[in-house]
Amino acid sequence: MRNIIDRGGVRDDGWLLLRPDDAGALPPYADDADVIVPLTHWIAERGRFASRLGRTAVWLGADADPAALQTELNLLTLVAIDFPSFTDGRGYSSARLLRERYNYAGELRAIGDVWHDQLQALWLVGFDSFEIKSGKPLPTNANLVRPFSEHYQSSFRQPQPLFRRRINVR
Amino acid sequence: MYQYDEIDQRIVDERVAQFRDQTERFLAGGLSEDEFRPLRLMNGLYVQRHSPMLRVAIPYGMLAARQLRKLAEIARRFDRGYGHFTTRQNMQFNWVRLEQVPDILAELATVQMHAIQTSGNCVRNTTTDAFAGLAADEAVDPRPWCEIIRQWSTLHPEFAFLPRKFKIAVSGSAEDRAATLVHDIGLTAYRSPAGEVGFQVAIGGGLGRTPIVGDVIKPFLPARHLLTYLDAVLRIYNRFGRRDNKYKARIKILVKAMTPEGFAAKVEDEWLHLKDGPSTLTDAHVRHYADFFTAPAYGAADAGELAARRAEDRAFDRWVERNTRAQRQAGYRSVILSLKKTGVPPGDITAEQMEAVADWSERFAFGEVRVAHEQNLILPDVPERDLYAVWQLARAQGFATPNIGLLTDIICCPGGDFCALANAKSIPVAEAIQRRFEDLDYLYDLGHIQLNMSGCMNACGHHHIGNIGILGVDKNGEEWYQILLGGSQGNQAAIGKVIGPSFARAVIPDVIEQILQVFIERRLPDESFLDAVRRLGIDPFKEQVYAQHH
Repeated sequence: MRNIIDRGGVRDDGWLLLRPDDAGALPPYADDADVIVPLTHWIAERGRFASRLGRTAVWLGADADPAALQTELNLLTLVAIDFPSFTDGRGYSSARLLRERYNYAGELRAIGDVWHDQLQALWLVGFDSFEIKSGKPLPTNANLVRPFSEHYQSSFRQPQPLFRRRINVR
Repeated sequence: MYQYDEIDQRIVDERVAQFRDQTERFLAGGLSEDEFRPLRLMNGLYVQRHSPMLRVAIPYGMLAARQLRKLAEIARRFDRGYGHFTTRQNMQFNWVRLEQVPDILAELATVQMHAIQTSGNCVRNTTTDAFAGLAADEAVDPRPWCEIIRQWSTLHPEFAFLPRKFKIAVSGSAEDRAATLVHDIGLTAYRSPAGEVGFQVAIGGGLGRTPIVGDVIKPFLPARHLLTYLDAVLRIYNRFGRRDNKYKARIKILVKAMTPEGFAAKVEDEWLHLKDGPSTLTDAHVRHYADFFTAPAYGAADAGELAARRAEDRAFDRWVERNTRAQRQAGYRSVILSLKKTGVPPGDITAEQMEAVADWSERFAFGEVRVAHEQNLILPDVPERDLYAVWQLARAQGFATPNIGLLTDIICCPGGDFCALANAKSIPVAEAIQRRFEDLDYLYDLGHIQLNMSGCMNACGHHHIGNIGILGVDKNGEEWYQILLGGSQGNQAAIGKVIGPSFARAVIPDVIEQILQVFIERRLPDESFLDAVRRLGIDPFKEQVYAQHH
């Protein structure tokens, strides 16, 4: 499905997001598929995942502690953070921790209840790809994705808060 | 006061455009009610009983004359010719139309105003002492710090979706006039013995369903670390605050669960990573903001005929005593314009009144007005020689009720007449009390009494910290009212105690009268109502009231 947005724009994506059923089991997937598995499954079976043909990425629930991945972030090319509801803001802090404290440099994807009103804030805290919730229009206008040309705060994208940049130039 | 530069202006303009797009998408069906709600709330737009209500931010209660005129214009063009000042120093318009809100915001932006984060689960408007920069007991002017916090909190990308709303208050004086201890974060600025500016940080205070006085988790935070420390507190709250139950989602519940010490330790750990990072303030940065709040060009003290006028006109003398305050600048006083005239809902103000105040602020002072969290307006920097003229003008506009700090200076939420959350009306109860206690001699004899009323447990009328608190409750579809005694704001902030079962609306003035009777009979010379309640406890009041009514 073409609902992934990254720096290259809207695109299709080969990653298969695996969400567990009520019993905690993952849906079936091919050994050579690129899959995004829940953190708990990763922790329990990381050896098996590592020996698969396809690549394995990890997604974190909103309540997950990103520190759990700290030592293996250099093995991962993609980490996703789930937003069970767009009003659940925990993932913003998780992203900053992954980027700024644990120096994660791979792709960081927002999944779940994600739509264009959140994209700029998600980008600022460190996300660089976004799976737009199905049924939500894909943003066509750059202004919608980037409503603000400036922010006051220090963020992953702009560590220097506005007051530093503003007062230095005067 | 603070003036936007090109970047501040651009951000506010861009917010207007963003909200216009969101509103249009909602009206066109592209956003559901559930999706639009958090987005509109983050911009101060509620859906109320009669119409949407728009809450406009008045950052730390400071208004320039031209801003007040713009609010008047909005009241006329988009509302019914009046507005309402809230206990958080903001203004609410109760009769706006959803499709016009983007236009209202665009008008506000022309005078450097907005409605950003006046509601929603985000960092709200920072509040402070209405006498900041004026009071004699001030150690540190809180206003530059409020502006620094305003900018830090505005559209903070990490903290737009907190578990619940988040309120910060800043005080910089010996007496706490900003109710800091009943805020999510209460900051008290002071100078260390070495002369360094810093903050006492109190956390987890609040009213609402679980009223609680905040705990100090940091006795002295050097001011340069303010923003990194706030980031640490907010991050801990954002990550660990409860989201499963909105009634347990405020930071106070998390602080309680972790204990204040446990919470403080967690913040400290987080802060170690952020401390001395790019958000650390330097003297040059702070000076940049402080320079916006320098003292105006005060003239030499000249009381004119003030003393003679006071001697010959008792009504004027009373008004000067009750409704003006000395400033640290000799020859100048702050005039408190009472928005508590009997028959007018507390905090309400007409467009004509707003324009009059704007004119006076330019004619007599330096073009600036303050909003007090007690829902009155303050005209700072009035030369003493002009007080008589200001009094006459204020009288003509209905602002001169000499009741500041007295029983009838009631703090009151809009209640069931307007608010969809309310269980009971509050405005008619306030009016009934004001009518019962119109005798000024009696009010003066009672002395300082803060009476606060809320129409529901969300406590917008701050009933818990009234010396007398009234809370509207719903009993089988009828409006009943609980009475609390002994609450107070300030350095000795305390939560009032409920005296017993609730009362029907009609008897509330009688109940208040009986409470006051106990006070009059049992007070010590010069003892205030609050001190008497603290000394006597609530029992004598309770006995008197329930002997009569049950």
